Amino acid sequence: MSKTVPNDQKLDVAPPYNAVARHGVSPQPSHDEIARFDFLANFNKFMASTLSPGNKLAYDKRVLPAFLKEHGREPQDRFEIRHAMNKDPFHKFWSALKRNSMEMRQQNGRAIVLRQIDELNAKARQYNEGAQGVKSTLELNPEIAIPRYQSAVDIHCMPGSYHGEELPGDVSAGANYDCGIFATTGGGLGALTDGGGQALVDWIKKERPGWEPRRVLDIGTTVGHNIVPLALAFPDCEFIAIDTAAPILRYAHARAQSLGATNIKFIQANAEDLSRWDDGTFDWVQTTMFLHETSGKALPKIIAEGYRVLADNGLMLHLEQPEYSDAMPLFEQFLRDWDAFNNNEPFWSSMHALDMKDEMVKAGFDRDELFETGVRAVVDREIFPEAPTGEDEDHGRAAFWHAYGAWKNADQMQEAAE
Amino acid sequence: MTDQVFDWMAAANKKAKGKRPEYFDDPEDERMLSILMAVVGEVSVLRERMDTVERLLDAKGTISRDDIESYTPDKEAAYERGAMIREYIYRVMRGPHQMVEELQQAEPPVEEVSRELKEI
Ligand SMILES: C[S@@+](CC[C@H](N)C(=O)[O-])C[C@H]1O[C@@H](n2cnc3c(N)ncnc32)[C@H](O)[C@@H]1O
Repeated sequence: MSKTVPNDQKLDVAPPYNAVARHGVSPQPSHDEIARFDFLANFNKFMASTLSPGNKLAYDKRVLPAFLKEHGREPQDRFEIRHAMNKDPFHKFWSALKRNSMEMRQQNGRAIVLRQIDELNAKARQYNEGAQGVKSTLELNPEIAIPRYQSAVDIHCMPGSYHGEELPGDVSAGANYDCGIFATTGGGLGALTDGGGQALVDWIKKERPGWEPRRVLDIGTTVGHNIVPLALAFPDCEFIAIDTAAPILRYAHARAQSLGATNIKFIQANAEDLSRWDDGTFDWVQTTMFLHETSGKALPKIIAEGYRVLADNGLMLHLEQPEYSDAMPLFEQFLRDWDAFNNNEPFWSSMHALDMKDEMVKAGFDRDELFETGVRAVVDREIFPEAPTGEDEDHGRAAFWHAYGAWKNADQMQEAAE
Repeated sequence: MTDQVFDWMAAANKKAKGKRPEYFDDPEDERMLSILMAVVGEVSVLRERMDTVERLLDAKGTISRDDIESYTPDKEAAYERGAMIREYIYRVMRGPHQMVEELQQAEPPVEEVSRELKEI
């Protein structure tokens, strides 16, 4: 469709769910299932842009003044703000609406997927199995235990989490995760929910023109949203994508195969122990929107293991929401923390309070090897709007990330070469 | 194929593990809001379906269920439907929306205004 946007198309509305691209294992939504996601996408926009400003008003006009009166001082951290705001009638109602929207998204996604679960499993099998059984690009290891930080609660209120199965050997977790992201992000991540991965492709091609990594490790890949664009951009490179959860890997592998990304090997593995790979195996080790779903002890282990398997001159990159630095107002930190306590993201708050640069130095990097950069989702702007940032953004879900990166021993390598 | 009937809608309703936060003083209010929001969502679905039917009838005069299921709006229709949903959301969310305005401008009780008017 090459029509330009008519002049009167000025209101900020979500693109229709019909614009979501289909791949080989996409659940097929009915008319009304599409309409449910259309409602939620627009409702979430309304919540972020129209109602959310009420939170700051409630804080400035009554919660903060009452706090000052009671304590004779400003709140000292985001937790004090949260406890005070949780008693405010506006914030309570806003949170209750938002929690409902998250729960509805899960119900709607699961209904689409579970209604056609036999077909989806069959489609996945077509891509996952070859003449000799399961293809070598999908390696499931049932002995991999689900870490406590994955099983303590169902992350982002997704019943069954990443590792749950409705029927033995199914792909329901992956399919539900995949089909509903549109509703929570209003399409901000693009037709294949891969705006982050597309942005990485653009970034690396500018940063290191002509660079051809030999082997790339994607940790906590989920359904491979952000690794498929890289795999397609570097067809001669070998990609390893690991995750602890089998159901989403079955889906991820089928999805990648159907999109032509046959150079990714999906392996069920725990990133805390990468001992099956020798030191220096990879030229690029990355996580995208992953570290916040680990734990205080697992995160440093994962980064240290990542450092070990990274080759000299190799790139480590982590994409996350920005950390809670001292420069970030406490009220913004509190709003960004909403998902931690209202949408089952129990490590979110602690993770964003970490100084990622310190974590990377602890893992072995030199401080002057580190860099930070902003990454904005690359999506088809004809259909998908740029996700708002700042006042109007849906904190925690904005399609704009902070990248924490480093080139391992790049300086020494440079010196040695000279 | 699964042997037993798989009750997919019941399964879709599964609760996420992890204690649900309490937003209201009365736990029944939590349930009431969840039912209300579900109805709000379903009314939006009905409206979108009606819009599909109307557009198809406009274009073809007679339609089948398959036409409805396979309907894909073009760019203009997609925008119009988005605007329709947005308008609908504003209609049903009047209460919370007005709470934001209340926060912007604190107002005295009308009783107070009434006493004032008596005197002027
Ligand atoms: C938020 S998702 C990551 C999103 C994904 N990287 C993307 O860009 O779309 C977190 C994923 O990490 C996986 N995971 C959690 N702990 C892990 C671990 N220790 N090792 C490997 N995968 C893990 C979970 O199963 C889940 O699929």
